Amino acid sequence: MTNLLLLQVLNGVQFGILLFLVAAGLTLIFGIMDLINLAHGVLYMVGAYLTATFTALTGDFFLGLALALPAALVFGIVLERLVFRQLYDRDHLEQVLATFGLILVLNEGVLMIWGAAPISVPIPEILSGSIPLVGPLRYPVFRIVIIAAGLLTALGLWFLVSRTRVGMLLRAGASNAPMVSALGVDVKRLFMLVFGLGAMLAGFAGAMVAPILSVEPGMGNNVLILTFVVIVIGGIGSIRGAFVAALLVGLVDTVGRTFGPILLQKVLDPSAASQTGRTLAPMLIYIMMAIVLFARPSGLFPKKGGA
Amino acid sequence: MKDTDTAPAGARTPRLAGRGALIGALVLFAIFAVLPFAAHAAGDPFFIVTATRIIVFAIAALSLDLILGYGAIVSFGHAAFMGIGAYSVAILATHGIGDVLVQALVAVLASALFALVTGAISLRTKGVYFIMITLAFGQMAYFFMVSLSAYGGDDGLTLYDRSTLFGAPLLDGDIGLYYAALAVLVGAFFLLRAVVASRFGRVLRGTRDNRVRMQAIGFSPYPYQLTAYVLAGAIAGLAGVLLANQTEFVSPAYMTWQRSGELIVMVVLGGMGTLTGAIAGAVGFLMLEEILSSLWVHWHIVFGALLVLIVLYTRGGLAGLAGRVFGGRRR
Amino acid sequence: MSGLLSVRNLCKSFGALKVTDGIDFDVAPGEIHAIIGPNGAGKTTLIHQLSGALKSDSGTVRFAGEDITRLSMAARVKKGLARSFQITSILEGFTVLENAATAVQARSGSSFRFFTPAASESVLNEAAMAALARVGLAEAAHRRAGDLSHGEKRQLEIALALATDAKLLLLDEPLAGTGHEEGAVLIALMADLKATHTLVLIEHDMDAVFALADTVSALVYGRLIASGTPDAVRADPEVRAAYLGEEG
Repeated sequence: MTNLLLLQVLNGVQFGILLFLVAAGLTLIFGIMDLINLAHGVLYMVGAYLTATFTALTGDFFLGLALALPAALVFGIVLERLVFRQLYDRDHLEQVLATFGLILVLNEGVLMIWGAAPISVPIPEILSGSIPLVGPLRYPVFRIVIIAAGLLTALGLWFLVSRTRVGMLLRAGASNAPMVSALGVDVKRLFMLVFGLGAMLAGFAGAMVAPILSVEPGMGNNVLILTFVVIVIGGIGSIRGAFVAALLVGLVDTVGRTFGPILLQKVLDPSAASQTGRTLAPMLIYIMMAIVLFARPSGLFPKKGGA
Repeated sequence: MKDTDTAPAGARTPRLAGRGALIGALVLFAIFAVLPFAAHAAGDPFFIVTATRIIVFAIAALSLDLILGYGAIVSFGHAAFMGIGAYSVAILATHGIGDVLVQALVAVLASALFALVTGAISLRTKGVYFIMITLAFGQMAYFFMVSLSAYGGDDGLTLYDRSTLFGAPLLDGDIGLYYAALAVLVGAFFLLRAVVASRFGRVLRGTRDNRVRMQAIGFSPYPYQLTAYVLAGAIAGLAGVLLANQTEFVSPAYMTWQRSGELIVMVVLGGMGTLTGAIAGAVGFLMLEEILSSLWVHWHIVFGALLVLIVLYTRGGLAGLAGRVFGGRRR
Repeated sequence: MSGLLSVRNLCKSFGALKVTDGIDFDVAPGEIHAIIGPNGAGKTTLIHQLSGALKSDSGTVRFAGEDITRLSMAARVKKGLARSFQITSILEGFTVLENAATAVQARSGSSFRFFTPAASESVLNEAAMAALARVGLAEAAHRRAGDLSHGEKRQLEIALALATDAKLLLLDEPLAGTGHEEGAVLIALMADLKATHTLVLIEHDMDAVFALADTVSALVYGRLIASGTPDAVRADPEVRAAYLGEEG
């Protein structure tokens, strides 16, 4: 039981880390540009496909990843220049419509290029296998690498945001965007940078799951909604909030699915418990979101200054 | 700073306001009324099935226009209410309750209750928060149905018989169902038309135009917006009852957020805050879908690109475009 | 504690910046009480606190003997305390009449009525017309509010506050952005309102303030430095130094 819990906690952390990678860029885009971008999940999907393709071409996951990341960055910047740049000063409804249209185009485009069949990416030799945890319990190396890579990225982001000039501008922009432009900063370039960075982070998340999940069209859709839940719980524009909320969502979802039915068995008979548990578990994170919002309508780490 | 609480550009000046909108709607209803005869004469009786589907989505789009067009409430979870309505029919039917009045009552109550609970939480927030939260609640309803294996789960649930009225199989024929749906559409249109012109509707429209001003003359917008949200959810639930009967099948796919997005597209492209526009938008969207999908499997690319281009290069949807081309009202 | 409106020790900070700091004043029934001060003195913040648009950090606001410090903006309007805005805030898409009728509707019966057309309710329209006539907009009743001239919009601002049936009007720079003629209309209007209403007025136009006000309070850096008759405040050396001197 304890072993199972440990395993599920690790899985939850790994899931949460992935959500954080997708959410980090998106929360900045929301916070700084006040842009609602539904197409962010698509960037995650594109990252996975690019990694799958480059890995197949080069025969090496690391080379594939090394090629996919800059490609995702470029892809994000191209999208920013073609579409998003023109949406910053539009109202939210127009942003919703345009990015919804973009999802249709990109999902269908992926379907055209790569087909509907899921693509699998082999786990690289050196990261395959598993390591012992406690007693007989083992955990796959690749998942540990995902957690480590995610934590390193989080650390890098923390450094970028809290210790550099660009980060200072980002923080200022998240709480007061007009002020940043009043400071004479080239806001266009800042926005493009944030967008490209967000695209690369989402693409990185997609790349990291490529070997453990199947790469398929529409894979970004569910991630997008989970990312929204993360951002809403964490508070728009807050990297720290996104990190905390992503881990929370990852853990509650993963642990809840396994332990919900087990806990329910204490009050219900086993078959009813497993039925109810399986029905309720996917709703847990949304219920959590509702509770957080009820107590704090601006999330756990709300922007400072704004009303 | 922009704020979703202030009206989107397209909503501020209803383009087809008043009499024009009414005439437009009456013309549409007249066309709908004679459509079965025309389809029969043209030797395409199956067109009725498509037309029924169009009417069902027109009802849902109408209900969305109440909150989106008149309330500037950008709800991205509207398909959930349709799904709840559709599941009410299917679940009751599996328990042997086939009467449409009972089913409709349960559907309306269930979708209204879901709207009340989710609306009460999400309307406390604004702007992008609100959009994301309604999206998340819609997804919650979707996943609930996916994991509800007792009622088909992911695979959905087949309806073996259409609903009956006091035991009479009135909806069994496609024509019967078609006119029943049309009656609901006409009823919903006139109901909502009265509502938006009433005291209640005035508060809703005023809040759309200028929330702070409404507070400064003594209104608390929240209860009015929540009531509108519940009313819209209930009507969409009713559309779900018809949808279940039309397809004779329900599945979680009815509740996806893409479906919610499509409803928004219908309302916006048809012209928000006119009611007639929502109906026209549903007709236009589903006809376009029908045509494009028969031409090319990857029609979504064309459709998505059109949507992006329309937003980037026109303001206020197709109706706004038409308004400018044909010299509409000054904004 | 005396007066229709009593403000005690009212404070509001944004971060480290104290925007209003221990404000005390009383407004007697029937008077025009003007609050003056240089830009950034905290005048608009004070109006927001009085009207309920901003929560105060500390202090109390009493209206007609009742503590209203914690009430929302909408609840204060119901008590009889209505405001206008420095930056015109009207329902642009509505007609002028419907603007005023909406304000009447807020105090006249339930707005949870779904079937009768609001535009044909004569109870609402008559009271709305009365408010419009009072500010001189009766002729414009059927025009779209967004199409009014700037001066007319400023008149409509005041009509909306009147239509709520308020006893006390908080007017935030009613002359903002108006030309000489438009301003004269509004000054005459305020002088006329004095017969029926208590007015708290924030205004930059010193001529208007000294012509209209019974009491003037000077706000500088969030503190009231002087309060009294126009002549007394005009003569106050601190006020001259902080404010009037700048104007030359």
